[in-house]
Amino acid sequence: MAASGASLRLVAPVWNRGTSGIRGLSRSVDPEGSQRKGRTLLQFLADHFYDVEAVREYLLQKQVLKVLRKNRSFTYIKERYGPYVAGAYFILKQGGAVKFQDKEWMRPNGRGLSGELWKLWEVPIEAVDASGCAINYQGLDNVLALKELQSLSLQCCPHVDDWCLSRLHQLANSLQELSLAGCPRISERGLACLHHLQNLRRLDISHLPAVSNPGLTQILVEEMLPYCEVLGADGAQGLKLRPEEQSRHTARSPVPA
Amino acid sequence: MLRRALRLGLGPGLLGRGLGTHREGSTLDWHGKVSEIKKKIQSVLPGGAWSPLCDTSHLPPEHSDVVIVGGGVLGLSVAYWLKRLEKRQGAIRVLVVERDHTYSQASTVLSVGGIRQQFSLPENIQLSLFSVEFLRNINEYLAVVDDPPLDLQFNPSGYLFLASEEGATIMENNVKVQRQEGAKVCLMSPEQLQKKFPWINTEGVALASYGLENEGWFDPWCLLQGLRRKVQSMGVLFCHGEVTRFVSSSNHMETAIGEKVTLKRIHEVHVKVDHSQEYQPVECAIVVNAAGAWSGRIAELAGIGKGLPGTLQGTKLPVEPRKRYVYLWHCPQGPGLEAPLVADPSGAYFRREGLGNNYLGGCSPTEEEEPDPGNLEVDHDFFQEKVWPYLAQRVPAFETLKVRRAWAGYYDYNTFDQNGVVGPHPLVVNMYFATGFSGHGLQQAPAVGRAVAEVMLEGHFQTINLSPFLFNRFYLGEKAQEHCII
Repeated sequence: MAASGASLRLVAPVWNRGTSGIRGLSRSVDPEGSQRKGRTLLQFLADHFYDVEAVREYLLQKQVLKVLRKNRSFTYIKERYGPYVAGAYFILKQGGAVKFQDKEWMRPNGRGLSGELWKLWEVPIEAVDASGCAINYQGLDNVLALKELQSLSLQCCPHVDDWCLSRLHQLANSLQELSLAGCPRISERGLACLHHLQNLRRLDISHLPAVSNPGLTQILVEEMLPYCEVLGADGAQGLKLRPEEQSRHTARSPVPA
Repeated sequence: MLRRALRLGLGPGLLGRGLGTHREGSTLDWHGKVSEIKKKIQSVLPGGAWSPLCDTSHLPPEHSDVVIVGGGVLGLSVAYWLKRLEKRQGAIRVLVVERDHTYSQASTVLSVGGIRQQFSLPENIQLSLFSVEFLRNINEYLAVVDDPPLDLQFNPSGYLFLASEEGATIMENNVKVQRQEGAKVCLMSPEQLQKKFPWINTEGVALASYGLENEGWFDPWCLLQGLRRKVQSMGVLFCHGEVTRFVSSSNHMETAIGEKVTLKRIHEVHVKVDHSQEYQPVECAIVVNAAGAWSGRIAELAGIGKGLPGTLQGTKLPVEPRKRYVYLWHCPQGPGLEAPLVADPSGAYFRREGLGNNYLGGCSPTEEEEPDPGNLEVDHDFFQEKVWPYLAQRVPAFETLKVRRAWAGYYDYNTFDQNGVVGPHPLVVNMYFATGFSGHGLQQAPAVGRAVAEVMLEGHFQTINLSPFLFNRFYLGEKAQEHCII
């Protein structure tokens, strides 16, 4: 149920049923447990007065627009510097990390982006780490333009859903590693359209709360992608964050849903 | 004396024991009276309907700007877009009249729930593209404050159409049109098909078209409930009743060349309440015919088709109910998770349902074999003779299968050209149609709703031009034939 008027959540707690392994996500998505009393009063008012209902609808709209704004496309950068720099700029703006070919991982540092990003307009990107970013269907355009992408990590992205997965077929030629662990909106129906990715060698589908039968789904996905190593619900590697990722996660502000 | 003692002793309302003794021989139903008083107070407070003279809460209102006949997905979609596109909030009063609130015979909920862009007419492709965008952002369009978001259970697995030698050129042309409109479709040769889906037997297949994105199937109930919830929150009134009569007035006019024309205008809709003879005449400005399989009957009530055959007055609405069967079977060695909705050149189709090796499918019968649409009984022999052989030939694993369940539903079949009828009637000037989609109504409903709302509010189509789907084509004989029908 959407919570108090101050911060209405689009991602309903109903998807947080099975997120025992990712406390970070459930906390960031539903921190309103303590404000139940205030919520009931506002809801009561919204039921009886059109003005309050309109205000709440407006606040809901504002949240939606916030996510859309984050996922706007940077056409000027794309035209001037090419798809690789535009994709990297988008990911770094969202808080993710990018690895150009033969270079080190590039992360957003505290103040602005590093100046050498603009010099890399011909270098293809081989890995993208968009964990925890508010990337959605529209924002995925920037990632799908990276035709030499080999590794993509969409761990714990709150807006990546089955529709987004159906677009990944555009990366079928190059994608070898994909991680979808912890995304609250992905279900087995979206996993069914991963069969286009015939070059995939590593797939992580652990901790997906919206998948109804994780064990059976893992078996069916393994049958669907015979050359791929699938990490499922019982994967021991689950979501154990590596040390450098852990510090990055705590340094970043909590993800708005 | 004994009776009173018994009543006092056995009455459940012990609170009334003391008060019950002042009147002899009467049972003071204290709890009942208290709940009645509470109901009366609640109805007087803001938010409750209160009519001082008599209780008409079960009847529809006496006046309504728009009356939508039919509360299925098309009717609700028109209601939604009307309320969304109105110039000022609360400007238009909309009433949706639905005969069966359990939707037991409605085509919407009995449908297989597929959505595709693989059509031959560009208008159909555009309608489908907008509808898929609507479904993708359904929680932005149909968001209601404090209600949980909708989960459409969309399977983006795509549609796979198979074509034999004769159909290959038509399929190629269709795919060209589809790509032009922006659909993501790829063509596959039999070898590529065999490599991608090894469980298919490609004998007799010359070409296949596969939808890569924005195609698949979803849960129609969820869409219906989502629309219903949102539309109620926007202030649309619902009525559970049946339309029995239209009261209209005629206007005799002359065209520019001097021909005499009779224009009709519907003034009142008589809505009969279920299980009773009570009816309510609803005064209205516009009537929308979204009655699905029964649209022909509603059109006849309005006087459409009452005239000499061959004239505009005599042109009936050629929409009639056609029964279609859907079978659910279990096949342990069947196609896996990647199986799309496969449509065989013979007309048989199937899709995966869930994770347990269950499949849904059926076949559209030929004109001669059309079953009687009087009831929704399932004919299991039809599966044995007309569906299973083709399925088993196409997918050898289906030779061993067991039918678990089957049901039948209606297509609102347009006998003229199997495409929808949208827009106003030329003679009955305030009746608008949104029906006749012959099996692809559910997937086009959001876009059609918007188109009809635009015609009603602006007078012409604004976003998608559906002029080939107007009623006039039945009189002029211009078919907007759709070739890719399942």
